[in-house]
Amino acid sequence: MSEISAEQVAHLANLARIALTEEEIEHLTTELGQIMQAVEKVSEVATPDVVPTSHPIPLHNPLREDVPADVLSVEEALSGAPEHDGTRFVVSAILGEEQ
Amino acid sequence: MARAALMDFDEALERFDPVIGLEVHVELNTRTKMFSSAPNPANDEFHGAEPNTLVAPVDMGLPGSLPAVNGTAVRYSISLGLALGCGIAPSSRFARKNYFYPDLGKNYQISQYDEPIAFEGTVEVELENGRTFEVAIERAHMEEDAGKLTHVGSTGRIHGAEYSLVDYNRAGVPLVEIVTKPIVGAGADAPALARAYVATIRDIVLSLGISEARMERGNLRCDANVSLRPKGQEKFGTRTETKNVNSMRSVERAVRHEIQRQAAILADGGTITQETRHWHEDTGTTSPGRPKSDADDYRYFPEPDLLPVEPDPAVIEELRAALPEPPAARRRRLKAEWGFTDLEFQDVANGGLLNEVAATVEAGATPAAARKWWTGELTRIANAQGADAAGLAEPAHVAELAALVDEGTLTDRLARQVLEGVIAGEGSPREIVDARGLAVVSDDGALIAAIDEALAAQPDVLAKIRDGKVQAAGAVIGAVMKAMQGKADAARVRELVLERAAADS
Repeated sequence: MSEISAEQVAHLANLARIALTEEEIEHLTTELGQIMQAVEKVSEVATPDVVPTSHPIPLHNPLREDVPADVLSVEEALSGAPEHDGTRFVVSAILGEEQ
Repeated sequence: MARAALMDFDEALERFDPVIGLEVHVELNTRTKMFSSAPNPANDEFHGAEPNTLVAPVDMGLPGSLPAVNGTAVRYSISLGLALGCGIAPSSRFARKNYFYPDLGKNYQISQYDEPIAFEGTVEVELENGRTFEVAIERAHMEEDAGKLTHVGSTGRIHGAEYSLVDYNRAGVPLVEIVTKPIVGAGADAPALARAYVATIRDIVLSLGISEARMERGNLRCDANVSLRPKGQEKFGTRTETKNVNSMRSVERAVRHEIQRQAAILADGGTITQETRHWHEDTGTTSPGRPKSDADDYRYFPEPDLLPVEPDPAVIEELRAALPEPPAARRRRLKAEWGFTDLEFQDVANGGLLNEVAATVEAGATPAAARKWWTGELTRIANAQGADAAGLAEPAHVAELAALVDEGTLTDRLARQVLEGVIAGEGSPREIVDARGLAVVSDDGALIAAIDEALAAQPDVLAKIRDGKVQAAGAVIGAVMKAMQGKADAARVRELVLERAAADS
């Protein structure tokens, strides 16, 4: 049976950039634990000869032709931005987290 | 920033055994992006576009937009996988790599995780010193590039940045990431091997025609993992990953620097922190980046917006049949065909001139002449201009120049003048010879007239020649060459001078 710890929940919240209070962490630890137990039931029936389903319909390979099509205008691209300099988006500085 | 202590490289190699792992990102030069029909700035046709002008809703992750896989990018990835000796997965899948950073608007990168398109290959890599290595490839997977951030602030560096500007033109550019298995046993050759490996990958993608492969544009980027283990120890040490090293030379320098830095820490009883490090081209050093995330932290899961890629086996075989000759095999073949010594061949190969010499030979020049022009005069001019010799002149023009020298139309000296004209874009060598009137004067009548005049002007020299002091003829030959404005074959002039001096006696 899976267990999830309060530390794991806090770590996940940090990865997801969600601020949680101690109470929320405690609450979510219980809830996520229950969800994981429910999901674990699946592994009881999942055997090596059953391929995991990531799509409900057995389709594959809808490949696109490599032909350029319309793009957004700069104005359209920037239209939803809280801040921009006319050509680029302006975002607050984020310290050294490039992937 | 305090400069890290470094151990002498030779001492570091005496005490430790370096293990390296290389990740090379290749931007494909398809006409459109990986998952959208926006033009691809990694293709020369669209390079240099204004910021945010090559952006479709998919590239920004706008709500409701859905990715569609570029079929050409898949074919290019399969070709690359095959050229790396990899197996091609009958079914491979895209996965979401989740992280929050404004270089991708979706808050995830579409990549491949546990089901890459290509896996388990080998690449033969030849070092500049002639040593060869079989580098084992772990996998090659497809993914999308991220947008470009420009950090603006008081110092212009990330840590002093006040805000950042985001250009999503690069977001969604098709990438193949090639990951090696840990490379052991290179010893002191580890830095040179890292460089030669990246050069080999570049040769492969260029021969396949699937990337512009210009490192200065970021078409080819290398992350270098380095760890050290004490001599005789089986277990690998803790590694660091130096990110985005963007020239061949820097790859070699970065690996060398990490070996020296880690050796100093370990010898001092310290431990290596597993982290990414930034390479600084100006100082030739690395500095700590973020602690390396666990793969778990990216919370990979199968991309629900895309279906598995299941390439038609017939297409795979078609691509396999069309593969170009592997770089190492091609080098061996050319070296044998040209009959070069090891040194002569390395001179050509290390100068990045294999293709130029091959094309010049194909255009009719002898291998020796092709090598002489490319590694000699053309390299000299390129060095003076701070440019690459490759691309300075058309191979066909170099072959024509060599032919003009062979047939006696040009002396070496005149040929160098013609070459300058060729580089300046004045036309083909023959056109320049005609336009500038540079051909050697092969009309003996004109030469004899000039010789007689010179002999008459220098009676003392004439007397010496008649006395058997043949070396005195130099003064007359010089005068004749000057009168001919250099457009004479000095050997022929010498013959005629001695003939005329004797005839008049």
